[in-house]
Amino acid sequence: MRPLPSTLIALGLLALLAVPFFPQLIYSVFVMETLCFVLFACAFNLLLGHTGTLSFGHAAFFGTGAYATGLLVKTYGVPTELGILIGGLGAAVLGAIVGALAIRRSGIYLAMITLALSQLVYFFFLQAPFTGAEDGLQRIPRGTFLGIVDLRSNTALYYVVLGIVGAGLWLVWRTVNSPFGHVLRAIREHEPRAISLGYPVARYKILVFALSAGLSGIAGSLKAIVFQLAALNDVHWHTSGDVILMTLLGGMGTVFGPAVGAALVSTLNHYLDPFGAWVTVITGLIFMACVLTFRQGVVGQLSQALRTRRSSTHAARSSHVTTSINKD
Amino acid sequence: MDIFGIPIQALLGQLMLGIVNGSFYAVLSLGLAIIFGVLKIVNFAHGAFFMLGAFTAFLLAQYMGANYWVTLAVAPLAVALFGMAFEFLFLRRLYGLDPIYGLLLTFSLVLVLEGGFRIAFGSSGQPFATPDLLRGTLNLGFMVLPLYRGFVIVSALLLCLATWFIIERTSLGASLRAATERAELTQAFGINVPRLITLTYGVGVGLAAFAGVLAAPIFHVNPSMGSSLVIIIFAVVVIGGLGSIMGAIVTGLGLGVVEGFTRVFYSEFSSTIVFLVMVLVLLLRPAGLFGREEG
Repeated sequence: MRPLPSTLIALGLLALLAVPFFPQLIYSVFVMETLCFVLFACAFNLLLGHTGTLSFGHAAFFGTGAYATGLLVKTYGVPTELGILIGGLGAAVLGAIVGALAIRRSGIYLAMITLALSQLVYFFFLQAPFTGAEDGLQRIPRGTFLGIVDLRSNTALYYVVLGIVGAGLWLVWRTVNSPFGHVLRAIREHEPRAISLGYPVARYKILVFALSAGLSGIAGSLKAIVFQLAALNDVHWHTSGDVILMTLLGGMGTVFGPAVGAALVSTLNHYLDPFGAWVTVITGLIFMACVLTFRQGVVGQLSQALRTRRSSTHAARSSHVTTSINKD
Repeated sequence: MDIFGIPIQALLGQLMLGIVNGSFYAVLSLGLAIIFGVLKIVNFAHGAFFMLGAFTAFLLAQYMGANYWVTLAVAPLAVALFGMAFEFLFLRRLYGLDPIYGLLLTFSLVLVLEGGFRIAFGSSGQPFATPDLLRGTLNLGFMVLPLYRGFVIVSALLLCLATWFIIERTSLGASLRAATERAELTQAFGINVPRLITLTYGVGVGLAAFAGVLAAPIFHVNPSMGSSLVIIIFAVVVIGGLGSIMGAIVTGLGLGVVEGFTRVFYSEFSSTIVFLVMVLVLLLRPAGLFGREEG
């Protein structure tokens, strides 16, 4: 797994930093929404891509983060940054519980269990007296960041969101490249062997569930602050499906592929929004194409193409060497 | 006469509703189990095919004036054919890969079908008339049974038993079970396994569509009628295990009844009780009530 060329990353970062200065070119709230989904998808991929576990209920964590933060900030007047933190922690605890239940089965059953549990969470937020049922939590105040920065300004909020999402992505990257991440990949490749090597596989899985859920929760919290809204949409299985598509489209074998996928899907959702149900149909068709023909995703396919080119030039050079040796 | 302070009429009414729902659960989880047995794919689109069955019946009645009995026969067949085409053209390409891809492909079909029907018919429900023959009620002495509901229960159970009989007691079923256990060996004995697989998918999908037509007069026909149902069916299947046909039927019916009782005694939990039972089963008997440990 090679990191993207660093010039590309630097350029992307520069472009992201410049977004609020070109309001006529790009709407910063849209970029913030995309950033939330970028974090959500990369966190989700900790499970799907790096542990080989398909959770079909990640909207539960995203939505729990959104509702918890919304409730804390709106009803209890908790400072925004603390609200986001507790939203993430709440989602992580839920993730540990869901993970502990779901890993009692594996593979396809695990996907069904997480979906069913997320539906349980959905009904909880639908029926609980403090979530506003169909209306959701509206007009969540954005507040201030650390008591200094007024978040009512989109520009200020933009940099806060960018910073938190950046930190979250860094954590994902660190996790994947840590000894912990290696164990996760060992579980993905051959679980019985990982067990026989003495790794407490169940504990690792619950931990990665909690981590992935916690980061997803923070993504949801941020979205609730940006739009000042936590709604049933955030916990609906459609959102769980969306995050799978983002990951698959971007490339689940890569660390930041899901970020690309998230950007693509959220752009699609944004621009097709006026066409109502057509979004669902088009999302479905792209999903179908991805599963049938494009399972490595955009980034996976690109990096494979790069690798083949590099190895073929390498092979050409080495064959050149062999022929020259033969000549001697 | 009261039981726990609840009039027995109300109790029996809810119990009957529970059995009606349970019959739908049984037919749907049965189809899901058959498909999973042979294809090793969890058919996420099962609810969408249920919806497609109801809509096909609705369209047949609306635009071609077909009567109920014709739609009950034609709609499942049409949907089964559509399902077989889907299997033949797309699903087939995923065999041998991680079963997760099968789940995702059928999920994408849900999005396309649901979105498509929402564009064409809107999100609100279309009413569907109960057939004249089954309009009345039947007085059983201890309760009054709407005829149509009784018909749903009886026909769903007959269908389940017929499917069970075909799979367990006929030669076609024997080759099906053989293909479930050892596909390659079955092929070597001269049975056309790919065709058997397509047929199995068709039967499973047809069962779902049949349930959809049965459900049409009870629920309103609407594009999302299948998707919330399929998630419940997944929970049913996790509880019962996908390994056994009878297990799927019994679990489906049983959970319908449990849901009915919950609606009487603790109505806030009626939409979540199945998921709570699933949690309990996962804690106490992780392999499912009728399941074998999956390898």
